[in-house]
Amino acid sequence: MEKTYISFTEEMKKDYTVLVPNMLPMHFTLVCKVFRNFGIRAELLTTEGQEIKDTGLKYVHNDTCYPAILVIGQFIHALQSGKYDPHKTALILFQTGGGCRASNYINLLRKALEKAGFPYVPVISMSLAGLEDHPGFRLSVPMLHRLMYAVLYGDLLMLLRNQCRPYEIKKGESEALALEWTDRLAKEMDVGKRISYRKVKETYRQIIADFNRIPRAEVQKTRVGVVGEIFVKYSPLANNNLEDFLVKEGAEVTVPGLTDFCLYCIYNYLLDTKLQGRNKKVYPLYRVAYRFLIGKQNDLISAIEEISEFDPPSPFEHTVSLVQGYIGLGTKMGEGWLLTAEMLELADKGIKNIVCTQPFGCLPNHICGKGMMRPIKERNPDVNIVAIDYDAGATAVNQENRIKLMLANHSD
Amino acid sequence: MKLSLGIDIGSTTVKTVLLEDGCVRYEKYERHLSRVRAKALEMLEEMSPFLEGKEFSVALSGSAGLGLSEACEIPFVQEVFATGEVVKKLEPDVGTVIELGGEDAKIIFFEGGTDERMNGSCAGGTGAFIDQMATLLHMTVDEMDKISLEHTRIYPIASRCGVFAKTDIQPLLNQGARKEDVAASIYQAVVNQTIAGLAQGRRIRGKVLFLGGPLYYCHGLRQRFQETLKLSDEEAIFPEYGRYAVAMGAALYASKTGTKTSLSELTEKIRSKLSETTQSNRLPPLFENEDEYERFHQRHAQADVAHRDIESYEGLAYLGIDCGSTTTKMVLLSDRCEILYSYYNSNRGNPVEIVKEQLTTLRWLCGDRIVIAGSAVTGYGEELIRNAFGVDLGVVETIAHYTAAKHFLPEVDFILDIGGQDIKCFRIRNGAIDSIMLNEACSSGCGSFIETFARSMGYEIEEFASKGLMSRGPVNLGSRCTVFMNSSVKQSQRDGATVEDISAGLSASVVKNAIYKVIRAGNVDELGEHIVVQGGTFYNDAVLRAFEQELGREVIRPAIAGLMGAYGAALYSMRLTESKLISAEALKSFTHTSRSAVCGGCTNRCHLTVNTFSDGRRFISGNQCEKGLGLSTSAEPVPNLYEIKRNYLTSLESDACGGKQERGSIGIPLALGMYELLPLWHALFTDLGFRVTISGMSTKRTYEKGQFSIPSDTACYPAKIMHGHIEELVEAGVDAIFYPCLSYNIDEKDSDNHYNCPVVAYYSELLGGNMDVLKQTKFLYPHLNINQRRELTKELYIYLADFFPGITKKEIAHAVKAGFAAYDEYMSRIRREGEDALAYARANGKRIMILAGRPYHADGEIGHGIDKLAASLGFVVISEDSVCHLAEHQPVRVLNQWTYHARLYRAARFAAENPDVQLVQLVSFGCGVDAITTDEVREILEKRGKFYTQIKIDEITNLGAVRIRLRSLIGALEQ
Repeated sequence: MEKTYISFTEEMKKDYTVLVPNMLPMHFTLVCKVFRNFGIRAELLTTEGQEIKDTGLKYVHNDTCYPAILVIGQFIHALQSGKYDPHKTALILFQTGGGCRASNYINLLRKALEKAGFPYVPVISMSLAGLEDHPGFRLSVPMLHRLMYAVLYGDLLMLLRNQCRPYEIKKGESEALALEWTDRLAKEMDVGKRISYRKVKETYRQIIADFNRIPRAEVQKTRVGVVGEIFVKYSPLANNNLEDFLVKEGAEVTVPGLTDFCLYCIYNYLLDTKLQGRNKKVYPLYRVAYRFLIGKQNDLISAIEEISEFDPPSPFEHTVSLVQGYIGLGTKMGEGWLLTAEMLELADKGIKNIVCTQPFGCLPNHICGKGMMRPIKERNPDVNIVAIDYDAGATAVNQENRIKLMLANHSD
Repeated sequence: MKLSLGIDIGSTTVKTVLLEDGCVRYEKYERHLSRVRAKALEMLEEMSPFLEGKEFSVALSGSAGLGLSEACEIPFVQEVFATGEVVKKLEPDVGTVIELGGEDAKIIFFEGGTDERMNGSCAGGTGAFIDQMATLLHMTVDEMDKISLEHTRIYPIASRCGVFAKTDIQPLLNQGARKEDVAASIYQAVVNQTIAGLAQGRRIRGKVLFLGGPLYYCHGLRQRFQETLKLSDEEAIFPEYGRYAVAMGAALYASKTGTKTSLSELTEKIRSKLSETTQSNRLPPLFENEDEYERFHQRHAQADVAHRDIESYEGLAYLGIDCGSTTTKMVLLSDRCEILYSYYNSNRGNPVEIVKEQLTTLRWLCGDRIVIAGSAVTGYGEELIRNAFGVDLGVVETIAHYTAAKHFLPEVDFILDIGGQDIKCFRIRNGAIDSIMLNEACSSGCGSFIETFARSMGYEIEEFASKGLMSRGPVNLGSRCTVFMNSSVKQSQRDGATVEDISAGLSASVVKNAIYKVIRAGNVDELGEHIVVQGGTFYNDAVLRAFEQELGREVIRPAIAGLMGAYGAALYSMRLTESKLISAEALKSFTHTSRSAVCGGCTNRCHLTVNTFSDGRRFISGNQCEKGLGLSTSAEPVPNLYEIKRNYLTSLESDACGGKQERGSIGIPLALGMYELLPLWHALFTDLGFRVTISGMSTKRTYEKGQFSIPSDTACYPAKIMHGHIEELVEAGVDAIFYPCLSYNIDEKDSDNHYNCPVVAYYSELLGGNMDVLKQTKFLYPHLNINQRRELTKELYIYLADFFPGITKKEIAHAVKAGFAAYDEYMSRIRREGEDALAYARANGKRIMILAGRPYHADGEIGHGIDKLAASLGFVVISEDSVCHLAEHQPVRVLNQWTYHARLYRAARFAAENPDVQLVQLVSFGCGVDAITTDEVREILEKRGKFYTQIKIDEITNLGAVRIRLRSLIGALEQ
C-alpha cells in the first residue's frame, strides 16, 4: 500500500497536542495518562452536545456508521473550536483492522480533515496490526504493558461503580470514588517506576475494599446488561447517556468490560490459525499475549471474589464456551461472536434483561446481535432482550420508550 | 366507588378513559395537532363533571405522554405493557395482539410466554403513513378507506417503510393506476410491514385482537390484515374499545398504583408546565426581526421574468408541461420568451385530466390569434402525457431545468431544485451539466413532506411556512430520513416545541438533507458562485432562508421557482416550427381509461398499467423492458454482461444431471456471494457425487416467501431475499443446503485485504438461527478459507465427514480441484465476454455502460432489470468484474479491503480513462460498505471529468426514477 498519510514525527512529539476520542471516560483517562508518561501530550476530548453530531454529518458520508460520525465530528469540532492550534495538534484513533467498515474510520477521518481544511493534521493509527509508521508514536512493550493495566483498572472501576451506584445511600458517592481512584491510578502509572505486579494486585484490593465501604441499601434492583457495538455500548455521547437513564429507571447496569474485547481481538488471531490455517507465523506471539492477559483477568476476578460480594466478570474462556451451538467462532467482524457471547454470559450470570445497542445499519450486528436474539430467546425463554439503534437522526424518546417496554417486562 | 383515569398521548392523538370500579365511565379520542399539553388540559376540563371534587388515581401512557409524565411527575406506564395488561384481563383467550398507532406498530404474543415488541427505528409511520397517502390521493382517510374496499387487484409495494412505499405508490398514480387498487395496495404495504417487521418469524396464530386508531377506522386495512393472515371472522377481533385499549390499560395501572389526586391538583400540575420547553437542541432563528425578513423578501422579489397579456398577444407560442410527481405545471411562452400563461397545481393523482382541462382552456384562450408552434413535456408523467396529447418533444427533467436556469442567469454554475418528491442538483461547468445528483428514498425529505406534515397538524402549507419564519428556536430534527424526522417531531413535541419551531425546523431539515446527503458538499465553494434554487418547495421562504443560512451565501430564487421545469420545456420546444399537439376539436372527445395487467414477456412478470385513449391508442407503463410495450425488441440484441451472467448461472443446474449423484442432493441458494462462487461449489459437489439443486433467480415472490423470518429489517435486500431462497430449497426437498461462511473472498492480489462484507460473509449464521425450516434439513455452513486449496480440502473434509460418512479426503481434494477449474473458467469467460462487448460497442458506435455493483446485482429481482433498461436506452452493458482486468491498479484514499470493491475501483479507473465508457454504480440500500465506496468512485470519475451516476436500489420496483437518471446521463452526454 502506497503511503498517503502524514506521519507523526519525533519532532512533532515535542510540542504537539494529541487529541484522544472519548469512548470510555475512566479507561481513556488512564490511557491518556499512560501516553503522557511516554512524552506524548495526550488530551482526552470530553466535549459533547448536538454540535458534534452536526459537524460529523457535515464532513462524513451520512450513511456511514454513527460512531464514525461522532468521533470525526468531535475531532473536527475540536480543531475548529480555537482551543487548539491546528498546526500543533495531532489526532489518534484506535483500530482493530477487521472486515468491518470500521477499519476505514481513519481514512474517513483523513478525508474529512481535508474537506474541513486541515489536511496537514497528522492522524496516528494505533493498532496492534501495525499498519502505519509514526516515528513519534511507537508502541513499545513497556507502553503496552501499562495500557493493559489501564484497561484492567478501568474495567474494575466501571464494574464496582456500576454495582454500587444504584444502591448508594449518599448520592454520587460511587462516582466520586471512581473518579478519585482514576486520578490516583493515573499518578501511579508513571513511566519512571517499574510496575510491580504485586503492587497492582494490592491496589485491586484497596479499590475493592474502598467501594465495599460505601454504605448501600439492602435491596435488589432489576439487573440490566448492556452489550453491543463497542462505541455505542460504552460512549454516553453515542448512547444518549444510556447508563444514567437505566439507573434513573431503577436498574442496576452491567456492562461487559474492555478486557474481553481485547482478548477477543487476540483470540481471533489464534482462531485464524486454528480454523483457517492463516497467520501461522505470528501464532506463538499472540498465544503468549493471550495466556498473559487471561492470567491477568483471572487474578482480577479472584481479587473481587476473595474480598467482596461484588459480582466479578466471567472468565473469558467461560464466555467463549457459551457460544457453542449459537454462532461460529469464525464470525469475527466488528464485535462478531463476542456480542452473542456477552448476551449469553449475562444470561448465564442471571442478568436476564439486556439492551443490545448498535449504530443504525451496523452490518455485523445484523448477524451477531439482532440475528442471534431469536435463538438465544428460544433456548433461554426468560431472557428479555431489546435491540436499540443509535443514530444522529434517531430520537431519545423512541429509544427510551422501547427500553421502558423492556423494563416493564423485566424478568428477575 | 373507585375512580381511575388513564390518559394515552400518542404521536397524533390523545385518548382518555375514566374507569369507575373497573367499568368505563367516560372516554374520548382527539387529535392533538402537536399541542400536547394544551390538549390534555382541554380534555381534562371537559371531564370536570365526572371528576370535580372527587378523588381519583391517574396514569399516563404513550410516546408523547412520556415527556408530560416526566415534567409533571405523573405516573407513567409503557403503552405496549398497558395494552398487554388490558388484554389479559378482557380477552384471556387471545393469542396475538396487533396494535397500530400514529407512529408505532406493536405486536404482543401471548402463547408460550408473553412477548411484546415494537417496530424498529427504520420502519416507522403507520397511521401517519396512511394519512400521508390519503393526502397523496387527495382524499380524506375515510374516502380512501371506502374506495379501497372496491379494489380488484393489489400492486406490489415496497414495505420496508413508509418512504419506500411512497416511492412505489407515487408513480402508480402518475401512470394512471386505479385509485381503488392503489388504496388497497397501500393497506397491504402496511400489513406486510407489520408482519415482516414485527413478527420476525413468529407465526401469528389463534385469535388475533386488532387495536389502535387506524385499525378502528380503516375497514380496508382490517380486510387486508384478515385476508393476509387467513383469519376467520371469529379469529379476527376488532373490539369497540380498539382506540382506547392503551388508555384503559393506563387507567387500570392507575387504580393499582393507588396514589390519589384531584382535578385541581392535576390541572395545576400540567398548567404549571404548559409553556415550559426544553431549549436543548434548537437552531438559530431564521430571521432576527421583521426588518431582516423584509430585506430578504425584497431582494428575492427582484428575480422575476417578463410576462405578457395573452388576450392581446398574436403570433407563435411555445408550450412547456412539467408533469411532476405531485404537481403539474404548464407554461406558454411568446416567441420572445415572455410568459403568456402559466399553471401550477397539484395533479390530484390524475395528471391526464388536469392537462386535458388546461389544454382546453389554453386552446380557447389562443383562439386563432396564437399558434402553438412547439410543445415539450418533462417530469415523471412525461411519457404518459406525451402519448395522450401528442406533445411534440419529451425532455428529461435535468435538461429542462438547466435550460430554464441558464436562460435566467447565463453564468449559473449550480442549480438546486427541490420539488414535491425529488431533489435534483447539478453543477454546471463550461456551459454544460457536469454532475448530477438526485435524492433517493432515504434522502427524500422535500416539499411534499412538509406539506403533508402541515396538513396533519391542521394547517395549509402557506400558513404553516409563514409561521416558521418567525420561530425563535427552530427545533433540530436531524436529516436521516423522513421517518426519522417524524419521530424527531414527536420528541420535540414531548419537549413542548411550538408549531412555529417545528415548521422552521422542518425547513432546516429539508435543506440539510439536500446539502449533506444529496449534494454531499463539504464547503460552500464546491457549490460555486452563482447558485439558482428552484422547484415549488422554494416558494416556502423558510426553506429558502434556511438554505442561505446553512450555506452562508445569497442565492437566486426565480419568481417562477415552481415553474422552472415547464419554463425550460417551453424554451426547449422553441427549436420547433410546427406542432402536432392535440387540437381543440380532438380535445373535446378525448377520454382516457386505465387498467392493470401483468406482462408475460419474461419471468419478471412486471405489473403494467395500460392506458387507453379515446382514439384507440394505448400507452403501457410499469414495464422494466421494452417487451411489455407490445413492440418487437430491437432487431439485433446488443451484448449485456448481466444477461450473459444470468444465462450462465441458470444453465448450471441442468448440467448437474450428468453426475454420479449417489450421495443425494445438495441445495445451493443463488444469492449473495453465490452469484459468483456458484460455478466453484457446483462443480465441487457434482464431482463429489451430489445432485446439485440451485434455487434459481429471485422474484418478488421469493422475497415474500421468506419475509416473515427476517430478524433485521435494515439489512440489504440481497441478504433478506436469501430467506426466500432457503424456503424454496427446503420445499424442493433437498437433502442438505450449503452456503458457507467466508470471511475472506478470493484474493485477487489487488487490494490491501480481500474480505467479504460482514453480511455476505456470515449471513448463513443468521439463517441458521432464525429459519425453522432449516431444522427439516441439513444446513451446511462451515467457515472456510477458499484461498488455500489444501486448507480448504482439510476444512471441508472435517466438516463434511460428519454429515456424509464415507467421504474421503482424496475425493474432496479432487473435487476442490474441479471446483476451482470451473470457477477460473467462469471468471475468464466473464472477462472475455467483457472484452468482446467492448469491441462490439466500438465497432458499432454504441455507448458503453459499466453497470458497477456486486455480482448479485445481476439477479433479476435485486437489480430490477436495470441492465435491460440501460440496454433499451442504447447502451452496451458490461459489469465491473468483466473489465477491471483492463485497467491498472487504482490507488484509493480508503482502506481497499474488500475483493468486490477492489474491482469496483479498477472499473472506475477504466471508465475514467476511456472517453466512450460511462459508469453507473448500483448501490443496495443498507449497504454500509458503499457509504465508503461511493465517495471514492465518484472522486475517481470526477477527477477525470466523468459523470458519476449512482442508483440506489431496494425492494422498490418502480423504475421511473432510474429511467430519469439514465436519461439525464444521456442528456448530459449529448450536450
